Amino acid sequence: MSQLSTIPKPRRNVELLLLILALSVGIGANMLVGVDQAKAFDSDFWFQSSLLAVAAVVFHVVLRIRAKYADPVMLPLVVALNGLGLAMIHRLDAPGEDTGNNQLRWTLIAMAVAIGVIWFLKDHRVLRRFTYISLAVSALLLILPLVPGISAGEILGARVWIRVGPMTFQPGEIAKITLAIFFAGYLSSNRDLILLAGRKIGPLQFPRFKDMGPMITAWLVSIGVLIFQRDLGSSVLFFGLFIVMIYVATSRISWVVIGLGLILGGGFVAAQVFSHVEVRIYGWLNAFSPDVYETGSRQVIEGLFGMANGGLVGTGLGQGRPDLVPFANSDMIIASLGEELGLIGLFAVVLMYVLLFTRGFRAALGTRDAFGKLLACGLSFAIALQCFVVIGGVTRLIPLTGLTTPFLAAGGSSLLANWIIVGLLLLISHTARGPVDTTPLPPGGAAEPAGIDTPTEAVKQA
Amino acid sequence: MNQAIRNSWVAAIAMFALIFGAISFVQVVGADDLKGNPLNQRAILQNYCNDRGAIIVGGDPVAESVEGTSEVCQFQRTYAQPALYAGLTGYFSRNYGATGLEVAMNDQLAGSSDQQFFDRIGQLFLGNQPKGASAELTIDPAIQKLAYDLIPDGQRGSIVVTNPKTGAILAMVSKPSYDPNLIATQDPNAETTNINELVKIPGINLNQNVSGPTGELLAPGSVFKLVDTAAALASGKYNKDSVLPNPAEMPFPGIQYKLPNYAGGNCYTQDKASFAFALQQSCNTPFASIALDLGRDAIAEQAAKFGFGEDLGDQLKLAYARGSGFPDDLDGPGLAQSAIGQKDVRATPLQIALMTSAIANNGVQMSPSLVKTVRSPDLRVIDEPQPEALRTSTTPEIARQITEWMTSAVSQGIARGAAVPGVQVAGKTGTAELGNGLNNSWFTGFAPANNPEVSVTIVMEGVDITTGAQLTSPNAKKIFEAVLNK
Repeated sequence: MSQLSTIPKPRRNVELLLLILALSVGIGANMLVGVDQAKAFDSDFWFQSSLLAVAAVVFHVVLRIRAKYADPVMLPLVVALNGLGLAMIHRLDAPGEDTGNNQLRWTLIAMAVAIGVIWFLKDHRVLRRFTYISLAVSALLLILPLVPGISAGEILGARVWIRVGPMTFQPGEIAKITLAIFFAGYLSSNRDLILLAGRKIGPLQFPRFKDMGPMITAWLVSIGVLIFQRDLGSSVLFFGLFIVMIYVATSRISWVVIGLGLILGGGFVAAQVFSHVEVRIYGWLNAFSPDVYETGSRQVIEGLFGMANGGLVGTGLGQGRPDLVPFANSDMIIASLGEELGLIGLFAVVLMYVLLFTRGFRAALGTRDAFGKLLACGLSFAIALQCFVVIGGVTRLIPLTGLTTPFLAAGGSSLLANWIIVGLLLLISHTARGPVDTTPLPPGGAAEPAGIDTPTEAVKQA
Repeated sequence: MNQAIRNSWVAAIAMFALIFGAISFVQVVGADDLKGNPLNQRAILQNYCNDRGAIIVGGDPVAESVEGTSEVCQFQRTYAQPALYAGLTGYFSRNYGATGLEVAMNDQLAGSSDQQFFDRIGQLFLGNQPKGASAELTIDPAIQKLAYDLIPDGQRGSIVVTNPKTGAILAMVSKPSYDPNLIATQDPNAETTNINELVKIPGINLNQNVSGPTGELLAPGSVFKLVDTAAALASGKYNKDSVLPNPAEMPFPGIQYKLPNYAGGNCYTQDKASFAFALQQSCNTPFASIALDLGRDAIAEQAAKFGFGEDLGDQLKLAYARGSGFPDDLDGPGLAQSAIGQKDVRATPLQIALMTSAIANNGVQMSPSLVKTVRSPDLRVIDEPQPEALRTSTTPEIARQITEWMTSAVSQGIARGAAVPGVQVAGKTGTAELGNGLNNSWFTGFAPANNPEVSVTIVMEGVDITTGAQLTSPNAKKIFEAVLNK
């Protein structure tokens, strides 16, 4: 691998520089949204800005100590996105509302948890020990919102929330991570079996039926989420995550074909059987008809009007009317940013996501263990897919579903899950970019020799 | 494995390429279409804080912008006599957009219409606060107030009063109404609270596209028999002396259902009827037999000529319901029921008023109009719509013949409650059964019959026969007197 031939560089000073830039984006935006109003430069502003800056610097110092070879671009990207989100949420707060401070609280909690992940986990390969525990945890997390007493009931048509004390939480966001860990662990152990057995039909090699087990499981999970939780977005996300991971594990395009076939088939049946799916699709196709507008598509249409109002350069932060859009600070925050920052600003934001997931894929390429590759690839793709589903929904490219925009949208569960994902990606990139670590894991771990990418060794191990 | 990772990245990049394309489409390529979409309220709200023009009735503003005390805006939209005019002005809200004339005349009221182009340039150079044009309505405030008070509180109903010769609307009211000031408030929390309270009022619908005289689609009942009569005379198969079958019940082959005549009237006294008798007593079976004889298409064609399901012209600034008209695909019983204004025939109160006005105006239907003049802030008239014929509904001869029969329905028939001493009144009542023992009770008519100056259309919804009779024809009489005795 090419990076072995050069001496690894930590590049932490680059990160610090970029971090200052990122903080100036977030804090600068927060300053601009208030500049016309009495609340500009009040104590809240200084309090929030300094807290965010301190947290970012602490995160940076932790990386210096625990993962000094970690990717230097990821943290600044995420801080910039999170800061922009905070500014927009703060801007959209009506008098008396406090979503901005709540979001800041969750940002700090999420950053602390991500720091904890980096500090205590040290090496992502440890997670491989928890392959089946992760499966169990995923199942538990997905079932929780349906359990009476814990469930927060149906909110906005979906049953994905649980109530913890005074707060509500969306366990499905965390399930995204635990499912990725399970798939990565399972596939890195069994991929050769799946790979070598099978029947060739035409140009495609199809797997044996018994090897389809995990795919059927993933499919059932996705369909279950769709039917019982009525959450189309998460359903697509889970299944997309799985398809990419099994494709990467096997390099067989046949899995993608089967997977897409299953999801299209499942989706078609769901659209026929379940009215909420049909309503979504009808509302998407006929969004502009006045009766559909009254009953369902108002959110999307108002978002589109806002974005059109923003045009190329936007109205300027604090100058537009994103508050006319329902859920302007959560599901529709992309429309709010599009209105006030314009096409140019929104492109910049979306490019930050491109850079972020690209760095994640880069970590997947660089790391040497199959588990790490699968995990990094799966998590990076999950970020990309989630952005696609959300932004595609807001721009009416695809039907709108209830997923959140990572790091931007108001919502604690989403922030927490995405910061943990960033923590994991940073850890993986640390092993990817750092010098080859030849020390084996402590006993009990399913340690892999470096250079596992050759099938013979893997077969021996299996 | 690494190649597969690279391919996955390419797939992710491909998704983002679509995203970039979609954003470009929304924000640049298709942005103008989105800005011009009728659902888009942003253009209205852009001028939210400006000094909007007033809506004026009889010299007094019913909606105007006044300098307020709010921190949000310098100007606050206020409505004088809010409930009386809510159905016309609509509301102008920060978060819920605008309805009624506030949205229909937004260009003029906000000062952004083409006629005001030079005013805007002047304001730009002089640094004056932008100011919109004001609109004076054709409404007569006394008639408007009278009509509003004639609908009892708690009763759902509409009244439309027009001048059949010009199409000018003199009064247009409906109940339940609401106070648009509650929605126009600049306190967003109060606004939301208020709107949530307003929608709890029984029978209210703040969306004028589906409620009120212009929006609510109702079964017209027996007033639709005027359409049958016009169709019959126009066909050439019938004339003023035709004798119509008038059985107490009309059976249909193969089914149990029989179409009955109204049991309360005098229809049962004759099993043959003249047009005059059938209209006077509002018998059902003669008109059902006409419809079965002429066929569905002839009735539907005549209904369209009276404006059912058709465009109402662009002088009526308000949005109106378009889902009215005569149904397709009718079997025999369906056609018979539709011919007496039951089953799926639907019309708004305004459409019935226009039908009657066409009969009153020698068969020519005038464009309904609500705006008399539009004046710029310096009181220069920038728009003054002239009366304009919308369509020819029937011939003058047929119109005169129907007028004669409608006059006898008031002088000798079941519409006699509308009779005004010393004036010839033409009228027709209607009772559309709702199936729960209650009815929509109608009156539509005009006066004086030989030289009509006013047409009145009244509908009271969900009433029993007695209440309906009290609230329609006698109320029409009061309005005729008020307009004609001035």
